[in-house]
Amino acid sequence: MSVQSNTIAAASASALSKIYGSGEAEVRALDGVSVDFAQGRFTAIMGPSGSGKSTLMHVCAGLDDATSGTVSIGETNLTTLNDGDLTRLRRDRVGFIFQSFNLVPTLTALENITLPLDIAGRKPDQQWLDQLIDMVGMRDRLGNKPNQLSGGQQQRVAAARALVTRPEIIFADEPTGNLDSRAGAEVLAFLRESADTHGQTVVMVTHDPTAASYAHRVIFLADGQIVDDMDDPTAERVLERMKGFDAKGRRS
Amino acid sequence: MFRASWRSLVQHKLRLVLSVLAIMLSVGFVVGTLIFTDTLNKTFTDLFGQTTTDVVVTPKTDFEGLGLAGEVPTLDPGLLDEIAQVPGAAKAGGAVFADGVAIIGADDEPLGQPGAPQFGSNWSDDEELTPYRLVDGTGPSTANEVAIDSVSAEDGQLEVGDTIRLVAPTGEVEAELVGVFRFGTSGNLAGATIAAFDTETAQNVLLDGGQGFTEIDVVAAEGVTQQQLADEVTAVADPDVTVQTGEEAADQAASDITEALSFFNVILLVFALIALFVGSFLILNTFSMLISQRTRELALLRAVGATRGQVTRSILAESLAVGAVSSVLGCAMGIGVVYLLRWFFGTFGLDLGSTPLQLEPRTFAIGIFLGVAFTAVAAWFPARRASKIPPVAALRDDATLPAKALTLRALLGGVQMLAGAGVLVAGVASGGSSGASLVGLGVLLLLTGTITFSPVLATPVARGLGYPLPRLFGTVGRLAVDNASRQPRRSAATASALMIGLALVTALTIFASSITASLNAAIDRVIGAEFIVATDAQRPFPRSVANEIEGLPDVSVVSRTTFTEAQLAADSIPAPTGAEEPPTTFVGTVDPSTVADVINLTFSAGDLNDLTDDGVIVDTTTASNSDLEIGDEVEFTFASGSAQFELVGLYEPAGFFTGYAITNQALEDAGVRIGDTFGYVRAADDADLDALKASIEGVLTSYPGVIVQSQAELKEQVQSNVQTLLSVMIALLGLAIVIAILGIVNTLFLSVLERTREIGMLRAVGTSRWQVRWMVVLESVVIAVFGAILGVVLGVIFAGALQRTLADQGIDVLAIPWPVLVLYLVIAMSVGALAAAWPARRAARLDVLTAITSE
Repeated sequence: MSVQSNTIAAASASALSKIYGSGEAEVRALDGVSVDFAQGRFTAIMGPSGSGKSTLMHVCAGLDDATSGTVSIGETNLTTLNDGDLTRLRRDRVGFIFQSFNLVPTLTALENITLPLDIAGRKPDQQWLDQLIDMVGMRDRLGNKPNQLSGGQQQRVAAARALVTRPEIIFADEPTGNLDSRAGAEVLAFLRESADTHGQTVVMVTHDPTAASYAHRVIFLADGQIVDDMDDPTAERVLERMKGFDAKGRRS
Repeated sequence: MFRASWRSLVQHKLRLVLSVLAIMLSVGFVVGTLIFTDTLNKTFTDLFGQTTTDVVVTPKTDFEGLGLAGEVPTLDPGLLDEIAQVPGAAKAGGAVFADGVAIIGADDEPLGQPGAPQFGSNWSDDEELTPYRLVDGTGPSTANEVAIDSVSAEDGQLEVGDTIRLVAPTGEVEAELVGVFRFGTSGNLAGATIAAFDTETAQNVLLDGGQGFTEIDVVAAEGVTQQQLADEVTAVADPDVTVQTGEEAADQAASDITEALSFFNVILLVFALIALFVGSFLILNTFSMLISQRTRELALLRAVGATRGQVTRSILAESLAVGAVSSVLGCAMGIGVVYLLRWFFGTFGLDLGSTPLQLEPRTFAIGIFLGVAFTAVAAWFPARRASKIPPVAALRDDATLPAKALTLRALLGGVQMLAGAGVLVAGVASGGSSGASLVGLGVLLLLTGTITFSPVLATPVARGLGYPLPRLFGTVGRLAVDNASRQPRRSAATASALMIGLALVTALTIFASSITASLNAAIDRVIGAEFIVATDAQRPFPRSVANEIEGLPDVSVVSRTTFTEAQLAADSIPAPTGAEEPPTTFVGTVDPSTVADVINLTFSAGDLNDLTDDGVIVDTTTASNSDLEIGDEVEFTFASGSAQFELVGLYEPAGFFTGYAITNQALEDAGVRIGDTFGYVRAADDADLDALKASIEGVLTSYPGVIVQSQAELKEQVQSNVQTLLSVMIALLGLAIVIAILGIVNTLFLSVLERTREIGMLRAVGTSRWQVRWMVVLESVVIAVFGAILGVVLGVIFAGALQRTLADQGIDVLAIPWPVLVLYLVIAMSVGALAAAWPARRAARLDVLTAITSE
């Protein structure tokens, strides 16, 4: 099943396949996936364990390569890029938020936020930086090292870092997986707000229906294929849809 | 529990590779040195076993000493006939064997290594009575014939039929080379050259025409034991001779030689132990890191009921296994080291023949014990910390070892350093040999104190050193400095390993340049002669040398000196008790009428005019150490007997000219046959020095091995001798430094593994491979320079303290070669960068996805 969107795509994948092993042991993590991630939208990728949702994100972000098919971010076709080009792409055009271990332990919160710029040797846009710091509510903890911050605070710093370069797209891999529900809600609200007020494209992998409900759109993956696509999700509808997979999963 | 240890070892084997290598190298050198020593012993025991007759008779000497200045005690020739006639003797032969005959090679230079004996001997065709085995030609039978050892023949490119030159204290001999022989199975005698003449010529050359023998060798008749024969010989011999069975004589000869060579082996062992000690830092770091990576696993073991002791023991068991494996590998490597040592000694002309390697079980027991012990002790510290991991850590996500404050370390290290500094100052203040041992203790305390204290220094020093890096390298530089200082214990242990090596290298370097500077200053201050005539190994040369130089025009004075060794007795020196040997000393000789023209001595009591043939002078330091005063009686016992002297003068120590001195005539009166060891030449006031030197060289062409040097040349030679010794020492410290470098590689490698996810994250947010590489390289450089600075600072302190302590023994100038020390720091910096090459490459190559998703 192919999902098209009529707005401009910040990133798109076409006929993506990712196959591990061969013969008896062959695993199709992605099996002919085509998807567009619309600009300025917050998209969640959902699916049960092993559905290929993390693989889809890694391939789209240029962290992993596909067995076949193409991926592009903006006009750039990732399949043709070498490691140096991919590094620059990640530095300048993509933001990342991981589940855990997002920050460099020896740097302060502020230094972690500006890390991608510092590595590139660029000065931050002070106005944008101030705005970001206020958006994540970290102004009074900027001088703290990560081990002096709570998990939620660390994740908000990571989110600010992802946005600091004004990337074309942010990929978030289970960003609330290690957080309690309140801290998680703060991070998710921030991601939604960045999409709504700043037109930031966000793609988030999650298995939590509540987290998915913050997105504009949810894509459901199962067995390496897109099986459903839901706009303006609520936690209840997502949960309902997920139950279907579970039931199906039990039957097979 | 132990199954868990074993599994963890197998799983982490890559992480242990460098630890294994470090232990292996050190144990390899220990084992290699021991095998080499045993093989050396066996070589000479066999050699003398084959070549010694059943009974050996030698003159009994009052004091044998080092055989300096050519004293050769002999046996009465009549004794040979008496001994040959005892019923148990099949036959007996008289041998003449003494040091002092240089064989001149085809290039007109004396053969053999400087300082190695140059034996002259008589020849016997009876293989039962002589150790020599002809390999070419015949034995010498007339005064114009000579045979030499096969190593000399080869080195000197001398062939049977050549006319060769030989130089003895009694003069030069020309003879036809008629035979080439081996000493038993060996090409020469432990690196010494041997020239054999017919008996009469040997007596002329070596004994100055005496009729005696230096040794009588007796072969037993059928059925007579060595002991029976020895008893019969003792019965006829006069009491002034020593009668030994062949077995005793062979053992003694072998142990004399191996003892002389063992000096080098002891040094090798000391350096191998230093390397092992340095290696233990690597082990300590490795186990600390393995444990911190396994915190959750260990906490889980605790949570399911393992006691603290069990956790500690399981880690110790791992370390024992690592120690055992590395030590066994080290033992195997030791055999390779033996071949290396053989080659090395071979380059000094020591032919060790084909004796099989002596693999004593004791050697391997020592090697394995040392390897295992050092590993276990080094692992014990992290193992104890591991046992403090609370079981609840298993349930936490961010489980880390509890970070212990450095307060205790700071306190312990600080106290040790203060104590060390105190002892050091006390040692310097008291001076002399007791001062030197205090300085040694102070150095040790200061070193261990610094090692203990170094984690406290790690963070501030790394930050200070790293100060320019963020400006030069941006965020990458910043991260490198942070990484170098975030685990102060780990960085400090890594740096300490390098510190030890560099402290020793620095101290040796400064000490060597201080010796050179002190001797140079002493040459300027003390020597009034324009030229010094000597051999490069300070052996005596014929008197005719000085006689001929005296006859040259433009020579104002030639003053001769020599020295020998003697036992010392004086009222103020306590007599030896029991088995204790009386103290020995060098006794120099001077010509009181001319010495003042060539050596500037300052007398604080008496003067050279008081020095008659029954007088002795001594430097003030020796006098005060031995409580000697003017007028005291001093007794010297030479090989030829004792003589009393009255102390008539005290002079200020003058560089290398220190100690007791009597007149040349007095030594000759005491029965010590003597050549000259130094000839100091004072030119006439208006002499052309270059021309004079050329004419002295003209005289010396007939005396190969004797050279003339100006003061400047003497200084150069002093410097080059000291430099050679320094190079050897630094080469030996190379092992410890190589292991310290392995330690840096190890720390970085394990840190990179530990920070896999962090590096993955840095890569994910856009850090390039080169930036990651630089980050690791700079971290390494910071750690290396940290260790190097500590080492250089300690080295300067050590050398300074040692120099001050030994100031009154002639090392009165402290010369610190700053450019060399700066060079050492630059080398350390490069070494740091080099050590990072592999870990940095690994870090840069990490696959981003694998890194960020790895546990």
